[in-house]
Amino acid sequence: MSALTFTLKIELKQRLDCSPLTPGALAGKGAAEIAGIELQCGNRKLRADAVFDISGSDSDAIVVSKASAKLDYIGKGMESGSITVEGDAGSYLGLLMKNGVIHVSGNVDAYAACEMKNGEICIEGNAGDYLGAALPGDKKGMQGGVVIVKGDAADRVGDHMRRGAILIEGNAGAYLGARMTAGTIAVMGSVGAFPGYAMKRGTLLLLKSPGQLPATFNDCGTHTLGFLPLLLKGFQGYPTRFGDLADQVKRVRRYAGDLSGLGKGEILVVA
Amino acid sequence: MIINGVHIDPTFAEAFPMKATRVIITAQNLKWAYHSANAFTGFATSVIACGCEAGIERELDPSETPDGRPGVSAMIFAMGGKGLAKQLETRAGQCVLTSPTSALFAGIEGGDRIALGKNLRYFGDGFQISKRIRGKRYWRVPVMDGEFLTEETTGMIPAVGGGNFLILAESQPQALAACEAAIEAMKKVPNVIMPFPGGVVRSGSKVGSKYKSLNASTNDAFCPTLKGQTKSELSPEIESVMEIVIDGLSDEDIKKSMRVGIQAACELGAANGIRRISAGNYGGKLGPFLFHLQDIMA
Repeated sequence: MSALTFTLKIELKQRLDCSPLTPGALAGKGAAEIAGIELQCGNRKLRADAVFDISGSDSDAIVVSKASAKLDYIGKGMESGSITVEGDAGSYLGLLMKNGVIHVSGNVDAYAACEMKNGEICIEGNAGDYLGAALPGDKKGMQGGVVIVKGDAADRVGDHMRRGAILIEGNAGAYLGARMTAGTIAVMGSVGAFPGYAMKRGTLLLLKSPGQLPATFNDCGTHTLGFLPLLLKGFQGYPTRFGDLADQVKRVRRYAGDLSGLGKGEILVVA
Repeated sequence: MIINGVHIDPTFAEAFPMKATRVIITAQNLKWAYHSANAFTGFATSVIACGCEAGIERELDPSETPDGRPGVSAMIFAMGGKGLAKQLETRAGQCVLTSPTSALFAGIEGGDRIALGKNLRYFGDGFQISKRIRGKRYWRVPVMDGEFLTEETTGMIPAVGGGNFLILAESQPQALAACEAAIEAMKKVPNVIMPFPGGVVRSGSKVGSKYKSLNASTNDAFCPTLKGQTKSELSPEIESVMEIVIDGLSDEDIKKSMRVGIQAACELGAANGIRRISAGNYGGKLGPFLFHLQDIMA
């Protein structure tokens, strides 16, 4: 059985809501039924077969081919299976995702992995603002799972994040891990201003010194922490270089904060 | 049955159901892993008065431990789940949390989950940090030497306690030498512990006592100095009897360890004063698991 493939065949003028195209929602549906699914595009609805060439039948392994940054809500709330995006994805990728795997070969827009509960998202390109964050007005961001970004991530990564791990192999923007409740964000590259702003608990693991930290973080000194190899070993098997660091990253400089609030979070900078 | 001149009694060892768990204790090096594990398994020879039976199962290579450091696996057995959980927590708190550089992990994935670091974390006084890695929750508890890393829970499974055999020899040194040889061989069998000091018990017991407050007392039938005073099981040439007690995760594990232990003792043979192998048989009063020596050695 070949993967159920949606190949974008028109140039979208408005953004398209792809949330009905998840493995769970398409399970057991025939080709005609899938072709007739209505997708919201701007202020009107389009049939799936008016937007995509549809081939294959394995709804557990969906492929979105020739994808564009106008495709929003890919994998929204998905509970199983996999979605492979060949190209870029729009906003809200993996919003409220409960399980399964999403792989994007290009870039994604804002709010990817927002309020995600579990599963795995791998983005080969860059990610927009509010990766793994809470939706505006909500208080609980990402609550589980693993998000891997091979490129850079923009601002407010992990805003209000509650659990899980975000691994950024490139650089991250400003307000990394702002208002975090718990969880782990690791960055190989540089980070922007105000990392850990108002974080309550949680861990920011930085492989490069952030230069200047907020004044509300206090230096706890340099330490060899036994949980770091265990944590990094936990990423082995995921498509990320962080798993390879299990034998290398043990010694870190620990900064506790944000002391203007609860102050039980930490920024660990690899020594 | 006679092996190398050693008579194997046509009797059986009688064992009983227990609950068990395994933990992995790691440290900066094996020396400190052993310090911690020895304390953790200390005073845990018999459920009769210790509340549990515990022992070190084996050394672990860094590649086998969760945090990639040297370590040992230890097992702890008790008569029920509540007792096991209490003993585990007390011992982990007093002996592993306190031991320099130690970390404590679950050694059994299945079964019912019981607390490992779940409550020990409160020692962190609010500064403890939870990390969920691959579906398992760990606690980082700040302590004076750095951080105590522990897993939240471990698995508790049904097990078998009280497997045993007796080595009857012409002298005390000969009985001990045979026991040492047996223990060395049995240590190589996984899923079992021999909880007594050095794996050997010299005070094997029978069920009950003339004193109402005691539920076990000396096994007078196997006490060499009482040959003329009680209904003895010992012939004139036997001057010393020692017992090896085995707890295992299954009756098969106990059978395997009994077999290699008896075999090792018999290799010393009658030429070295080893005359008989017998077993603690309590006439069905102790438990449902019966390990017939001659079947095991067949």
